[in-house]
Amino acid sequence: MRDVPPQPERLWTSPEPKRSYDVVIVGAGGHGLATAYYLAKNHGVTDVAVLERGWLAGGNMARNTTIIRSNYLWDESAGIYEHALKLWEGLEEDLGYPLLFSQRGVLNLAHSLQDVRDGVRRVHANRLNGVDAEWLGPEEVKEVCPIVDVSPGVRYPVLGATYQPRAGIAKHDYVAWGYARAAAAMGVHLIENCEVTGVEVVDGRAVAVHTPLGRIAAGKVALAAAGHTSVVAETAGVRLPLQTHPLQALVSELLEPVHPTVVMSNAVHVYVSQAHKGELVMGAGIDAYNSYRQRGAFHVIERQMSAALELFPVFARAHVLRTWAGIVDVSPDASPIVGLTPVEDLYVNCGWGTGGFKATPGVGWCYAHTIAHGEPHPLAAPFSLERFTTGALVDEHGAAAVAH
Amino acid sequence: MLLIPCPWCGPRDEAEFHYGGQAHVAYPADPAALSDEEWARYLFFRDNPKGRFAERWSHTAGCRRWFTLTRDTATGVFESEAGA
Repeated sequence: MRDVPPQPERLWTSPEPKRSYDVVIVGAGGHGLATAYYLAKNHGVTDVAVLERGWLAGGNMARNTTIIRSNYLWDESAGIYEHALKLWEGLEEDLGYPLLFSQRGVLNLAHSLQDVRDGVRRVHANRLNGVDAEWLGPEEVKEVCPIVDVSPGVRYPVLGATYQPRAGIAKHDYVAWGYARAAAAMGVHLIENCEVTGVEVVDGRAVAVHTPLGRIAAGKVALAAAGHTSVVAETAGVRLPLQTHPLQALVSELLEPVHPTVVMSNAVHVYVSQAHKGELVMGAGIDAYNSYRQRGAFHVIERQMSAALELFPVFARAHVLRTWAGIVDVSPDASPIVGLTPVEDLYVNCGWGTGGFKATPGVGWCYAHTIAHGEPHPLAAPFSLERFTTGALVDEHGAAAVAH
Repeated sequence: MLLIPCPWCGPRDEAEFHYGGQAHVAYPADPAALSDEEWARYLFFRDNPKGRFAERWSHTAGCRRWFTLTRDTATGVFESEAGA
């Protein structure tokens, strides 16, 4: 276990908002902060405000299970997630800030013949896209992660797994703080406790946002509001194909290091890693109904625990220390929506559903490009809002499903 | 866990129900006449309010009937409860 580095008292300043900015980003989560950082760094756009209704990185950035991987099936997804992973690999140096990025690999388990076929297919697809991927048999799974029960007699036996060695985890708070610090140093204003209550649209063009701190004019407005995107977009008259659901996760108490990698299982709905301090971090599937409450039902946690216990008998005596939920914006094809909207100068980045954390650097990079140039970055272009009309969906239910 | 007021069986645990999403989404009267945009609206676009939401539930582990309730997505409270 690595020691958690000490933090200075202030990493960024909290300026009074100006009356006008070139770009206003709505939401200071990982995506909003990364976007601000790359706007400043890659495009020289520094007259930027990131407005946050709560505190910085206190939404889903504080609630996710920090899994980073790029082993998605389709070319479009591999493109943006692998771009993100390559950025992750240099991000600590780039930001000059420790992120506890640990490439400990990810196993995606197969429990049925169909899982095996899908997994092998995905390994081949990954390799064609330059994403590291291997197919492992049960004994090899055991070598990578000795605590997984690979015996054949269980309800959902492990028939094999895909393995991406370059996958891993990072410390989510530090990722947000690293981006915030670097963006603020380049002149970006980070403004907390400043909820955007409306986007002002004049003649089909977004011109300002309304907040409790007053009207703030904007050359461009870029949404990065995750579960609340529909609410903000509606004030601009933009309807999005999103449904907001609770997504639950939990941690155990601190344990000795027992779990050397990340294990995910779509079939039994659980994903597990062990954080640097030693707690087991587990995520569930979404709660079924639409909700903006940041809480979910216990039977979802119970189901997740029973799955985890069957896969990891060693967890039987671990205690659940804390459970929580974030609210996630789920799109119809389990892929994000990044790009332009019918309202000029209004941009959206949403629909990341259960898996936005891993994409943070990649989407920040591409969204910043999209905002700066007024047209989609090539890696973001397939994730346009128009795809729901043209039918060019990026159907990632197979590789993403609940288990991002 | 939600306590869902089934109109026939009374309040029951959420685990007995299947969720059906937004209520009152009618199948297009003349599907062949729809433009791509209208078809996309029907297939993929649903309301996602923070607040009142009329939605379908099926009491799959009970009477197995479908029904419509209105719930506040910000509080989780069903309207019949709020008025009770």
